[in-house]
Amino acid sequence: MTNHPTTHRATDRATDLGCSEPRSVPPPPTSHPEPGLHPLTIAGRSVRSRLFVGTGKYPDFPTMQAALDASGCDVVTVAVRRERLYNDRGQSLLDFIDLDRYLILPNTAGCFSAADAVRVARLGRELLEQLNNPGAGWVKLEVLGDRKTLLPDPVGTLEATRELVADGFNVLCYTSDDPISAERIKSAGAASVMPAGSPIGSGQGVLNPSNIVLCLELLKQGDPDYPVIVDAGVGAASDTAIAMELGADGVLLNTAIAHARDPVTMAHAMRKATEAGRQSYLAGRIPKKRYATASSPLEGAISYIPGE
Amino acid sequence: MLIRLNGQPHEAPDGATLADLLRRLDLAGKPAAAEVNRTLVPKAEHASRRLTEGDEVELVTLVGGG
Repeated sequence: MTNHPTTHRATDRATDLGCSEPRSVPPPPTSHPEPGLHPLTIAGRSVRSRLFVGTGKYPDFPTMQAALDASGCDVVTVAVRRERLYNDRGQSLLDFIDLDRYLILPNTAGCFSAADAVRVARLGRELLEQLNNPGAGWVKLEVLGDRKTLLPDPVGTLEATRELVADGFNVLCYTSDDPISAERIKSAGAASVMPAGSPIGSGQGVLNPSNIVLCLELLKQGDPDYPVIVDAGVGAASDTAIAMELGADGVLLNTAIAHARDPVTMAHAMRKATEAGRQSYLAGRIPKKRYATASSPLEGAISYIPGE
Repeated sequence: MLIRLNGQPHEAPDGATLADLLRRLDLAGKPAAAEVNRTLVPKAEHASRRLTEGDEVELVTLVGGG
């Protein structure tokens, strides 16, 4: 015989556990709802979002507009190209970009010499001055060395950086993940060095995390606030999170959003990955270990434990 | 006079300025940057910059890019 009832009602159970009165649990100690998401400063300008998004290759302009909005970015990149004088001009990119919301960062994509990159940078500055956008005088410098890989020409990149810095530009410079090239570009006066995770548009992610870390170490030695942005190669949100976890100050991407099956949803994911990666970096990852470490104490376990 | 405009031969009226060219192309007032013979001509100088036979003119704008 037992004097326990055969069934428990939820309320009886709560009474048994001493939970009939609302328990008083002290609130968790939080300082800020989203710690660590401080603005990034580049060339004296502060940006809230550490995600920089390109405007190329979207299925259409309304999708681009919605994706930029969802990404939460403050800086968008654009290209400088000939006016289409001899065929249908169609819709203009600028009709879908809020010039009061975004800093427009013109690139020198498609330039294979320092001289051409300098010309294109100056044309970009002229256009943004006409538009009265704060991106006037900023450039995402690319001097490419090869059509197939779109890898940078390190010599041309350095020459163009020097010339544009002398001309008063804030140069955000695309480069390979080679730490010494990165260091030379910084010494030439670039406002930010932007090593590639992998080739442009390849979606291979961060192929050599060790080199990115070396770039960060060299560029931030004695200058911890020097902005380093991983530019190119991102394929999915996890790649962005990895770049940020390594300690990059930001991520610049285009194709991973524009060519996703659903660009707007991917833009949301990229925003969160950027923030999550940043917070994860600041919080500090645990060391990797070969063997397991139990999260629940073994002491007090009622089970048979092999080897005990 | 014959000039080259964005890589193509283009017939422009003798004595035309860069501003005249932009007007004829319906680009006046729109964001467009111009180079003549590989040197940028700022908007403030478009009206005074007279074109001559054989000039190579580039007119560019912003498009989507990464």
